[in-house]
Amino acid sequence: MNNSSKFYDEMVDPASGVRPPYAAYREWFDRQDPARLESKSAEAEAFFRRTGITFNVYGESAAQERLIPFDLVPRVLSARQWQKLSKGIDQRVRAINAFLHDIYHRQEILRAGRIPQGLIANNDAFLPQMMGFSPPGDVYTHIVGTDIVRTGEDDFFVLEDNARTPSGVSYMLENRETMLQMFPEIFSRIKVQPVSDYPKSLRRSLAACAPSGCRGKPTVAVLTPGIYNSAYFEHSFLADQMGAELVEGHDLKVMDGHIAMRTTEGYRRIDVLYRRVDDEYLDPLTFNPSSMLGVPGIMDVYRAGNITIANAPGTGVADDKAIYSYMPDIVEFYTGEAAILKNVETWRCSEPESLSYVLDNLSELVVKEVHGSGGYGMLVGPAASKQELADFADKLRARPNNYIAQPTLSLSTVPIFVDQGLAPRHVDLRPFALVSPRGVDITPGGLTRVALKEGSLVVNSSQGGGTKDTWVLED
Amino acid sequence: MLGKTAGGLYWMFRNLERAENTARLIEAGFRIALTRSQGKSNEWKSVATTAGAAQNFSRKYDGFEAADVIDFLLRDSDNPSSVLSVVKSARDNARTVRTALTTEVWTAVNDNWMSLKDLLAEPIVDTELPAMIDTIRQQSALVRGALHGTMLRNDIYDFARLGTFIERADNTARIIDVKYYTLLPSSSFVGSSLDNVQWETILRSVSAHRAFRWLDEDDMTASSVAKFLILDSRLPRSLLFSLQQTCENLGYLEREYGVRHKSHDHADQMLQNLRGREISSIFEEGLHQFITGFIRDNNALGRLIEQDYQFTG
Repeated sequence: MNNSSKFYDEMVDPASGVRPPYAAYREWFDRQDPARLESKSAEAEAFFRRTGITFNVYGESAAQERLIPFDLVPRVLSARQWQKLSKGIDQRVRAINAFLHDIYHRQEILRAGRIPQGLIANNDAFLPQMMGFSPPGDVYTHIVGTDIVRTGEDDFFVLEDNARTPSGVSYMLENRETMLQMFPEIFSRIKVQPVSDYPKSLRRSLAACAPSGCRGKPTVAVLTPGIYNSAYFEHSFLADQMGAELVEGHDLKVMDGHIAMRTTEGYRRIDVLYRRVDDEYLDPLTFNPSSMLGVPGIMDVYRAGNITIANAPGTGVADDKAIYSYMPDIVEFYTGEAAILKNVETWRCSEPESLSYVLDNLSELVVKEVHGSGGYGMLVGPAASKQELADFADKLRARPNNYIAQPTLSLSTVPIFVDQGLAPRHVDLRPFALVSPRGVDITPGGLTRVALKEGSLVVNSSQGGGTKDTWVLED
Repeated sequence: MLGKTAGGLYWMFRNLERAENTARLIEAGFRIALTRSQGKSNEWKSVATTAGAAQNFSRKYDGFEAADVIDFLLRDSDNPSSVLSVVKSARDNARTVRTALTTEVWTAVNDNWMSLKDLLAEPIVDTELPAMIDTIRQQSALVRGALHGTMLRNDIYDFARLGTFIERADNTARIIDVKYYTLLPSSSFVGSSLDNVQWETILRSVSAHRAFRWLDEDDMTASSVAKFLILDSRLPRSLLFSLQQTCENLGYLEREYGVRHKSHDHADQMLQNLRGREISSIFEEGLHQFITGFIRDNNALGRLIEQDYQFTG
């Protein structure tokens, strides 16, 4: 089952031994007493639980809070690998912002016939309310968390662009914090680029996107759906680290054409709202009328240019899985360059030829919902039973527009710490990019998610995935 | 500060205070049941009444059996004031206001919930009750210690303290209210064992039985016990002490924000009425009447604070 030659092992080359980025770490690791590492591992878990770094799982009772398991073996990238990755992300993020501006203005890319009209017109994430409007600083995606997978030494692929409200950055920060506390000695030996500036950069980046009418230091607030949201810890963590207020919809109202929050001393104006609430719930007057999470009238304030909403409403049109398949064209169209980061080959089931290919090869493909996320509603062909395959084929035939298919990728592996020592597990990577009129700022590192079950390719925390600290080495 | 955050802090500390008070009530009831033979069931009824849970309790049980009352007050999720319920609420409040708390305070509240959730997963047998009560008190002490030792003395701290003292005043007043008849001079037979039991329960419920002996030695009369609980500014659970603290924290808020609200006038008026009052005049007015009046004013003060500082929209 465990065909080690089939997957790229990031730590060990079967022919020549430990790869250079991991050399110093492995040397340290081999000198450690496994019993000490085991107790450190338990220590880390207790730390996460006490600190409340937990998430709620949808569908379970509200009181259910779970930990995302943390593995103490870091995932290491060399400065050179990172350089290429961050250049690729930078390019892609710029293209996405140019694309969004275009889609909500002249739609040149549609006129040029590079992507089909229907893909935008029939897209639920497309918001007609954004047409002809330019957000402050012309920034659409203030925060992007690009999902990247690796299959070989230099083979990095973008799996998803996550241009709405990507989560997980608190784990990037807390995982590093945990490593620094547990193993301070490693960091004096191995030079790892720091990630701890992220909250400061986020604040600066958001402030730089404040409405042009804002005088003085912009007031930034984080909008959360509340303590029962699965990512609530992250919302409060980021607000705390940025020194921003953590608000819910019922703390806010429209006052004198601005958004204001209810304080102990009356209402105070907000300039930038980092919202962790989906578009649909943002404004009950414009979108879902039953939403209690948003602010009635915020879209009018937004269109009047009196508040910055990050990310901008309507960015989802750039990151659904059908648009994804056009990303190489989109990058080329707006930057005039070939995409640095590759796309995973993608079959759009809306196209009859692709659909019949997908149906014929279902047992070898991964099929995803166009608007799905979190690993829900997807089919992993090689792991599915005959019955599951047949059921899924029916769904595909019934609603082909709803699905795309991709080959099962040979995801790279990084070892995790287990009773027997080290054992390879599949990983992905989500670096975080901040966009402001000053440029794109990418924190060296990111969230490495790891499938803890042997052989599993699903890294989502809702499906038994864990996380690792991600190191980018100094040059 | 957000109004919601102020409200979250206020309720977080009301809930924590309530957990501790309920534990202390149970402890007093348990102690009396162990050492005295008379009137046990009655005693548990008054414990449930003081905890404000008698009505809910009677919906579920007939009579007032010790084990049932203890279970209901400690861990029943049908009882919104059970120790487990309020510790859970306090932790939810803490999650809401997390950006306002130091790591130490958050961790203490989270630990409090995590350990009590496990310890109270099953009914508590008599032999484990004292240890359980001890743990609840220890956990409360840890939260309080973290608050005093690590939080800035600003509006955040003031709202936390306001919650503590509004709740505490309410609690002490309710203890007196439930037992007021034993404190009436007409029913006090000096040295009668029944009265001593009742007075001891009262004093134990506010952790003041030793302090009282230190201060008043043998002079355990209805009026001296009442005076101690209502008017002694040295006793941290007396009505006067709680009210003084409330006024002090409201005063800090007035200075910090530069605004005086209705709640300030109301609290100052309450303090003025209480300070320098003779216990004899309270008995003349009628102890029951006085206490119900105090509870009403104290609740009104809580509501004014909520409005003045915009806890809710």
